[in-house]
Order: sequence, then structure tokens, then C-alpha cells
Amino acid sequence: MLAFIAKRLAIAVPTLLLLVVFSFLLMHAAPGGPFTSERGLPPAVLANLNAKYGLDQPMWRQMTTYVWGIVSHFDFGPSFIYKDRTVNEIIAQGFPVTLTYGSISFVVAVLTGVGLGVSAAIWHNSWLDYLAVGISIGAQVLPNFVMAPILVLVFTLWLGWLPGGGWEGGQWQYVIMPVVALSTSFMASIARITRSSMLEVMNSNHIRTAKAKGLPMRKVILRHALKPAMLPVVSYLGPAFVTMITGSVVVDMYFSTGGIGKAFVDSALNRDYAVMMGVTILVGTLTVLFNLLVDVLYAWIDPKIRY
Amino acid sequence: MPLLEVRDLGVSFATNDGTVNAVNGVKLRLEKGETLGIVGESGSGKSQLAFAIMGLLAPNGTARGSVKFDGQEILNAPPAVINPIRANRVAMVFQDPMTSLNPYMRVADQMAEVLVHHKGLSKRAAVSECVRMLDAVKIPDAKGRISLYPHEFSGGMRQRVMIAMSLLCRPDLLIADEPTTALDVTVQAQIMQLLAELQREFGMATILITHDLGVIAGFCERVIVLYGGRVMEEAPVHPLFAEPSHPYTRGLLRAIPRVDHEGAVLDSIPGSPPNMTRDQKGCPFAPRCEFAGDDCVEALAPLAEFAPGRFRACNRSLEEIA
Repeated sequence: MLAFIAKRLAIAVPTLLLLVVFSFLLMHAAPGGPFTSERGLPPAVLANLNAKYGLDQPMWRQMTTYVWGIVSHFDFGPSFIYKDRTVNEIIAQGFPVTLTYGSISFVVAVLTGVGLGVSAAIWHNSWLDYLAVGISIGAQVLPNFVMAPILVLVFTLWLGWLPGGGWEGGQWQYVIMPVVALSTSFMASIARITRSSMLEVMNSNHIRTAKAKGLPMRKVILRHALKPAMLPVVSYLGPAFVTMITGSVVVDMYFSTGGIGKAFVDSALNRDYAVMMGVTILVGTLTVLFNLLVDVLYAWIDPKIRY
Repeated sequence: MPLLEVRDLGVSFATNDGTVNAVNGVKLRLEKGETLGIVGESGSGKSQLAFAIMGLLAPNGTARGSVKFDGQEILNAPPAVINPIRANRVAMVFQDPMTSLNPYMRVADQMAEVLVHHKGLSKRAAVSECVRMLDAVKIPDAKGRISLYPHEFSGGMRQRVMIAMSLLCRPDLLIADEPTTALDVTVQAQIMQLLAELQREFGMATILITHDLGVIAGFCERVIVLYGGRVMEEAPVHPLFAEPSHPYTRGLLRAIPRVDHEGAVLDSIPGSPPNMTRDQKGCPFAPRCEFAGDDCVEALAPLAEFAPGRFRACNRSLEEIA
């Protein structure tokens, strides 16, 4: 197992390097640059700016300088747009926010999604099942950019219970709506995967054996059915967790939470190359890590899987 | 009082193609320590009969009639009635040992939970009892292997684990549903021999469900022949093989390949098993029976005793089919 983890971490290095190369090339292939503006800068000024940020160097040179900066000082460079801020600062400021509401959303989505899915499967074809399926389809078809304004309308404008936006160091009133908006569609997917997986497991032969042992239904489900039913859910959860903690631009925009979701989209629109690369590398690293974690969890759940 | 008494048992399944009547009006009695064989081809309803007794029908299945175990009605019984009986007094060995054990649990855990649940043993005491039972089913190095997972055992060994697990509470009745079907021929013989030894040793009543008449001959005292969910014939094992009284039983016996008839064409029963979605008023075997007449399509004679302990359900007399 340890050898497997070491091997996967070793493979992660070239994977991330490839990610850097491709995003670098794609980014520069997009028309325009960080200093393109409607009025246009005088050519001399533009040349100076390009020289300052190293954009006059050949592409391979820019790339190696960038990668070397990360490897030697963990320096992701300065922002091309915000003159006094580095990428490290932007991420250090935004990531804790998205990490907070993303993790809470994850916990909420997993608990409600798994609960809903398991109950739907156990009381298959009952009103509870129909209700659970109804809720998850509803939550799935309601995108968060529709969900977020509805939440603001109801809880801020009509009821006046919650603040319409802001973060305030993550006080609970400010966290609720971002969490609801972000978690619903994930909750719906988790509920549907859990339900179908649980239905399949409940019809399997080893569950019949467990029933034939005279165990009460509760034990049959908790001891025998839940673990295998979680396999497909776990493989969904790895990437889902990364998506959630790296933020959602919709949540950041509607609730002015100041997370990196918004920073990422802004950087793409402004051609803020360094910020774009920084966030891409963050998401890439997290994806590699959590896929590894999913594989480790798989081996823990299913003893037939050995690495 | 018989240990198990099944009367007018019917099992039907609601499917998209209509209602499937898998078992119709089955009646059987079993005394303490008795061995009963239930034979029939695929789809004859023999497994569903067992599942109905244990209350393990699929969610779309319903059972009618009566199943009394030790005088107590257990058909469609609530969990509070049936759960203390399952595994504790009536245990079951399933057809496919590859999938019937929980692949995600160590053998020790899945065996021990039976004793912990029914007998209130501590986990440690339960595990050491399980090791003794694995020794009894002749699993080498039981102590070392009990902490393995099912996939680390061969098919035959897994079925031994299943058998050991079913015997943990010393049940009064063991229902073995085609325990050797999924195994190699050589392993089949070992498992049947083991079951016979354990049956003698523990003295539990046993219902052996199989399509293999050879297995029945070596194991059972009494046999029920099932076709289309109905009992065609019931008899002690020797008369059944020596002088089968039902055209279907005769067909089955003729269809056994024999090593001493080399080169001979194997006899088979023409036609195929009945479509169980149709309403069954006549004899299910009538379309394939060489003696069938119009009366057989209309109605099936009730199961009647024609000699001590021997029953047949056929419109033709013994002389007519001689």
C-alpha cells in the first residue's frame, strides 16, 4: 500500500508538469494579453511592461522561469493585473474562504445525499422513495445560478433572516446561503448514486444470506449493505470534493464571499496569466491528491482490491 | 407434531409479463431428523419454495397458504417471529457460494455475528466456536484462515464455510438449496459426503433441493418431485427409483446418462417447461406427457396416496402408464 502511494505521488509530478505546459500554451494561445486595453497602450510602454513581466522572452524560457520559481521558492509570481499583489497572496486570501464553505457544503451534501439515497432504496417504491427521487431531481435541475438569487430573494429580501452577501470571517449567517446554493446539486447526485447502488446491493445474494441469519433489518443494512453500496459514491466524492473546495464562481459572485472561484474567472477574463496558472495548479494538485485518496479508500472498503 | 408442515403453499411473482405462479398448492411434512429431497428441473419452483419457507422471497413475490414450524405459523410472519428462527432453528445453505458470503467482511466476522446475535456469545467466544465448526467441515488450518476474506477461499471451501456458518446454532432444520450446483464434479461429491456426515452427526432434519437425482439417491429418505410448481409425486427414495409412479418421474430417470450404455442416445423429455404466467388449471406436464389426454389439460388429479407413504398426482392409473 505504501509503495502504491509513493508510486502515485511520483506519477503526480509529471502529471502536474504536463498540466502546467498545456495550460501555459492554451493561455497564451488565447488572443489578447494582460495589458491589452480598449484604448491601447503606447508601444514603448507596452514593450516595457512586457519586458518587466518577462513576456518578451520566448515561450520555453517563460515556462522554465515560472516552474523554477515554484520549485525553488514556492513563488507563483506577481499578479499581472493587481500591481501590488502576488498570486500567493491572492490564493492565501481566497482559498480559506472557499475551503470553509466548500467543506461545509461537502459534509452537508454527503450526509443528506447518502441519507436520502439509503432511505429511498430501503423503502423502494414507497412515498418516501418518490419524495427522495423528486427532491434529488428538483435539486439537480435547479442550477446554482438560479438557486442563489431565489435564496437571496426569500431569505434576505422577503424574510430578512440572513445577510444577502459578504463573508465577515465566516460567521454562520454568512455561510448558510453559500452552503445551500453549492451543496444542493451535489446532494442530488449523491442521493441518486446512493439509491441505485443501494438497490443493487440489497438484491445481492450476500444480503439474502444476512437476512437468513435472522439479523434485524437495521443490522443487515448497517453491517452488510452500506459499505459495498458506498463504492460508487466514494469514486464520485473525490472529484466532487475538489470542485467544492476550489469554489464556485456563482457563489462568490452572488454572495460576495471573496473566494478563489471569482478570482479564477476574473483572471481568465483579464488574462492575468499568473493567477490563472496558480489556481489551475492548485486545482490540479488537489485533484491528483483526492483521486489518490479515493483509491486508498477503495482498497479499504473492498478487500479484493490490492495494489 | 411434525417439525415442519407446509400446506397449500403458493408463491407468485408480479412481473411485467403478468403474474408468475412459481409454486402452486404444495404440501409437505417433515419429522425431526428426517431427510427430504426436492427434485425438479430449472424453473420448477423448488428454490422459491425454500425461500418462501424462510421468508426470503424477492420484494415482488407473495406467498399464500401455511408453513408451520414446530407448531408455529411462520409464513409471512413479522420479523419478531421469523428472525429468532432464522439461522437459529432453521438454517439455509445457498446455491452459489461465490456470492452468498459477504465479500467485504472477514469470514470470522460474518460467522461470529450469528452466534453473537442468537446466542449472546462474546465475539471472542463466538470466533473460537466458529473455528471448531470450520474444523468440523474439514477446512485445513481453520484457525489461521478464519481471518481471511471469502475471495481468498476456493469455491468448494467457500461452500464449506457456508455449511459451517449454517450449523453454528445447531439448527433443527437445514435447507440446502442446490448446495453443489456451482461446484466442480469432484468437489460436489466431497460436499455431499460432508453434508451426509454432518447430518448424521448433528441429527438435524434436512431438506435437500436439487435437480440431480444421483445426489438425492445418496442422501435422502424421502423425495418430492416438483414440476411447474406442483408436487407430481412423493415417495420414499427406494420405491421412487425402483418403480416411479408418475410419467414425469419416469422421464427424469430415463434422462440420466449411464456410463454402461456407451454410444447410446441419451433419452430426454420432449418439449420444454411450462410458461408459468398462464393460469394453471390442468396438469403442468400434460403438454409433454405421452399418456396425456384431454382430461389432463382440464384438471390435475389431487395428490393421492396409492400405497403407504407413496403419493402421486396423475389422471392416469398405474396400469395405464405401465
